[in-house]
Amino acid sequence: MPLLKPPAPSGTSFTTKRPSGPRPVPMPLIPEGSLLREEIIPGGVAVSFNVRRHTTLRLTALESGSNVSFLCYNRHELIDRYNMADTLKGQHTAKLTTGHILVSDMGRAMFSITGDTLGWHDPIGGHDTPAIVAQKWSEKNYQTARNAHHRNSHDLFLIELAKHGLNRRDLVPNINFFSKLQSDAEGRLGFASGHSRTGDFIDLRAEMDQLVVFTTCHHPMDTAKTYGPRPVRMQLWESAPPAADDYCRIMRPENERAFYNTEILYS
Amino acid sequence: MSTLNYTESTLVPEAAVYRRVIPAGDFWMHEIKAGQTLRILDLEGNQAADTLFYYAADFTERYSAQDTIREQGALYLTTGTKLMSNAGRPLVTITADTCGRHDTLGGACSCESNAVRYGHGTRHMHSCRQSFLLGLANWPDSSFDLNKRDLPANINFFMNVPVTPEGGLQFEDGVSAPGRYVEMRADLDVVCLISNCPQLNNPCNGWNPTPVEVLIWNP
Repeated sequence: MPLLKPPAPSGTSFTTKRPSGPRPVPMPLIPEGSLLREEIIPGGVAVSFNVRRHTTLRLTALESGSNVSFLCYNRHELIDRYNMADTLKGQHTAKLTTGHILVSDMGRAMFSITGDTLGWHDPIGGHDTPAIVAQKWSEKNYQTARNAHHRNSHDLFLIELAKHGLNRRDLVPNINFFSKLQSDAEGRLGFASGHSRTGDFIDLRAEMDQLVVFTTCHHPMDTAKTYGPRPVRMQLWESAPPAADDYCRIMRPENERAFYNTEILYS
Repeated sequence: MSTLNYTESTLVPEAAVYRRVIPAGDFWMHEIKAGQTLRILDLEGNQAADTLFYYAADFTERYSAQDTIREQGALYLTTGTKLMSNAGRPLVTITADTCGRHDTLGGACSCESNAVRYGHGTRHMHSCRQSFLLGLANWPDSSFDLNKRDLPANINFFMNVPVTPEGGLQFEDGVSAPGRYVEMRADLDVVCLISNCPQLNNPCNGWNPTPVEVLIWNP
């Protein structure tokens, strides 16, 4: 094992802009022989699963208007989890795309966004709730609709988290992949309808072993006239560890330090 | 800069039932009964007050930044904003504001986030989440078994973190000044936890953390 040392002080995003090269182009084909797992996740459900360090999770929108409400936790210490504010302020961003990393509340790089066809994923809007779904699309319960009942991320997150000994204390601010909220000068938010198209995908390279929990319910600010959460495809593939000049690592000096904080967990 | 929304209060400090100065870098944790009004006063200006609210009867119901933003369809907090819980209930409602805009995206500084943002040399500087955790550890009702899971995304009163239409996040000089305040009425019995921010690595406290005062009025 090489000796690990904290990256030398190399500035902050207040003073340093890097890298100068172009963003990596999303790679449509997963390298042959590297695929570990592939599943279609229907709209309006939740899943939770483990992702191993240095494998890549690809999420693909199978229809326009998809949404994935997403949370992740350090597999070995679940109290170390994705943190919205630390992710956003460390990278001076209010959207997520290629080059960005998801940062835990212990300052560790969790996932790197190594590919993205969309350019904007929402880290702010939160997730839908029973009240939101009932108000927008009327309540459709199990008694009348059986398994076509209307579902919401809040209930599904609580159920899925409970399978891992977690509860609403652990239901932290989530990401919404494939959705976009744009703010005006007053901070008023607008939902970008039809933001994602069929075939849009995002690649998330795991920098640590993680528990991933996500739902495929509507974005809470979705303006769709009818209830109709969309399916997504998830694929997990074996990917190379990030090189010293990895785009996400060197995107910002902050990212380099977050990578170091993760790497010492495995040293 | 967009419009700032100023609303003055009619409450007079002499009538307050509680007054306490929170020194720079300290925490304050206190119950506020439904109907009571809490004022946070920026005594010397440009001082971030990192703030959390919990439902007093059950701390697992607590302030939720994402629910608050979504409920009002806007990012910044000011008069009229309902600070929502993770169960979809208003915990407190902002009733007066002479600052005009407050942030809830920037989170609280921590040793870990300081190391990421400013280099590992800042790892052991005092930070808000150290104060929050000490506040939770000292809370007399130990039945809640409080720890880092109980630090949701917080409010940064007196802090200005504009989001651009292109999705950038900026950290600008505070819009606050000496004597500016924000006031809120409790909709439920809540416990308020404030870290008077000790951050020295960015302009959120004007590079010089200073005291804030809290005042409480009965309805």
